[in-house]
Amino acid sequence: MPSNKSVSDAPITQFVSCRILKDHRLQWEDLWVREGKILNPEKLFFDEEGFADHKVDCGNKIIAPGFIDVQINGGYGIDFSQASGDIRRGVAQVAKKILEHGVTSFCPTLVTSPPDIYHKVQSVHLSLPFISIHLEGPFISEQKRGAHPPKFLRTFKAGGVADLMETYGHLDNVALVTLAPELANSAAAIRELSGRGIVVSLGHSMADLSQAEEAVQNGAIFITHLFNAMLPFHHRDPGIVGLLTSDRIPPGRMVYYGMIADGIHTHPAALRIAHRAHPAGLVLVTDAVTAMGLPPGQHSLGQQQIDIQGLHAYVAGTTTLSGSIATMDMCVRHFREVSGCTVEAALEAASLHPAQLLGVSNRKGTLEFGTDADFIVLDDTLTVRETYIAGQQVWRK
Amino acid sequence: MRLVILDDYDLASEWAAKYIRNRIVQFKPTADRYFTLGLPTGSTPLGCYRKLIEYHKNGDLSFKYVKTFNMDEYVGLPRDHPESYHSYMWNNFFKHIDIEPQNTHILDGNASDLQAECAAFEQQITAAGGIELFVGGIGPDGHIAFNEPGSSLVSRTRVKTLAKDTIVANARFFGNDLSKVPTMTLTVGVGTVMDAREVMILITGAHKAFALYKAIEEGVNHMWTVSAFQQHPRTIFVCDEDATLELRVKTVKYFKGTISTKILSSNFFSTLIIIKNMLLEHQISIFE
Repeated sequence: MPSNKSVSDAPITQFVSCRILKDHRLQWEDLWVREGKILNPEKLFFDEEGFADHKVDCGNKIIAPGFIDVQINGGYGIDFSQASGDIRRGVAQVAKKILEHGVTSFCPTLVTSPPDIYHKVQSVHLSLPFISIHLEGPFISEQKRGAHPPKFLRTFKAGGVADLMETYGHLDNVALVTLAPELANSAAAIRELSGRGIVVSLGHSMADLSQAEEAVQNGAIFITHLFNAMLPFHHRDPGIVGLLTSDRIPPGRMVYYGMIADGIHTHPAALRIAHRAHPAGLVLVTDAVTAMGLPPGQHSLGQQQIDIQGLHAYVAGTTTLSGSIATMDMCVRHFREVSGCTVEAALEAASLHPAQLLGVSNRKGTLEFGTDADFIVLDDTLTVRETYIAGQQVWRK
Repeated sequence: MRLVILDDYDLASEWAAKYIRNRIVQFKPTADRYFTLGLPTGSTPLGCYRKLIEYHKNGDLSFKYVKTFNMDEYVGLPRDHPESYHSYMWNNFFKHIDIEPQNTHILDGNASDLQAECAAFEQQITAAGGIELFVGGIGPDGHIAFNEPGSSLVSRTRVKTLAKDTIVANARFFGNDLSKVPTMTLTVGVGTVMDAREVMILITGAHKAFALYKAIEEGVNHMWTVSAFQQHPRTIFVCDEDATLELRVKTVKYFKGTISTKILSSNFFSTLIIIKNMLLEHQISIFE
């Protein structure tokens, strides 16, 4: 059947025999792609009287939007915070490898580092599609620094632009900043960052609930790896965890929270409590470190050494966890298994929710018509079999 | 007229779908000789469409050389509105089969000149060689397409204002908000459907029973526009048991082919008695 060329000469691909994640359900529908975007086949039929040029049989598998990882420190030997060598190449290398885990967009994360590292990384123009940076630190709490090196922690002198620019250089490429709101003068910084469209995340913090709520009122909308590097939930002061059910969130706003669902950083029961309390805000993150994808042994993270043992990564010589080496697809499977949630919910926690968090759900994280055709083909065990970016297959098992 | 009565909705849908399939297959359509099919919307034909899709997926039926003409479309409703008949046809039929988009014809309720759109539709039907088989449904008020009670029985494709009953009936598709229901449609006329070489009407459910009764047991009447097909040379009414609830038992038995000779003979004698009584009443005797 000839394809009508009235609107575009570009070839149209129709993925058939698949279940696609649409309107929060897996539906037996075909997926149509043209020029790197999801195409509306009804419009194609009636407006253009067009057809598909190629049909791809997906063998009854699942098609989901590509995963989005908003917290990943590196992998496969690359450490984003090290900033040695060719930064662009490092990011590109990791970007390529994590396609195997179904991740089609991510935020390279920089842990607490000296200003010159920030300036150096920021000066590099990352031309890859939709990859902006997550700055985790240095405005965090000393007691809750986790694996972050203490000598590079900073406080706000006056808050506001001056402190941020002095530390980070510029903020053009930045998607998220993690900070501790109990630090003096943080309010101005939070307002400044969120005013620029940067997601402010609360983490590595000793804040109590009212400090956290104030931060949310100033514009914070994310919690970095919930439960980790913050005060534990207490029934008379729930701390940052209390944001999940707080009644002082401004109307129309939602607080999202990152969860490292690797089975190590969060006990399954805690994961379930968070999920049940606030399912719509759950964002799966890997917080993967340099060693992800590498064999066991000693590796570097930021300005420190870490030690890999099996699926655990510790700050060398301690029992402090130093980020995870789980992959995003493992996190999705683990989350589904321990929470008993639906397949759709598990997939959305890694795609739709991070896209909503970053304010890009009109382009990414969904299979709605007109969005970018970044998607993955999975089997019923939620193992990634193929990955597509802009409608092109970029990896297959 | 042929009245085909099946036990339930699913069997009626299947019978109708098989009939359509067989007609197309036996016609042997080609690129030079398309099979033209008129199609309805609404809840009644959904089962039939599902079966047709099944036959297509089994490889028994291709729509490559079939041209379709839908009966109607709302005026002023965006084409991609989930309740538009374009959406209905795409979701329930077209997207599952191998029909070519340029061979489908649905009236455009957003055309700038609605009269011209209707005239063009009539011309498209003529250009396609007329409709081979027009499949339709019936409204509870006996309407075919949107030819509401009072529509001319020789009408052509035109703009129609909907009856209050129809608007209320449609409200369930628009969140029960009467203000959101379209009030005008473009519809083929009764005359347009009468021009088809064959007409098949699907009627299922008890709520359609009275309309079926009016359509086939009473006279041709513009208040029950489906009754016009009493004057079409080749019509089939396909229904389920529930739709026959207002018909005479005699009618149903006749069409089910279940009238036995015993009944026929008792009919004969009872008819004689009636005539005798009539004659007695009028002081006429022929048996003297």
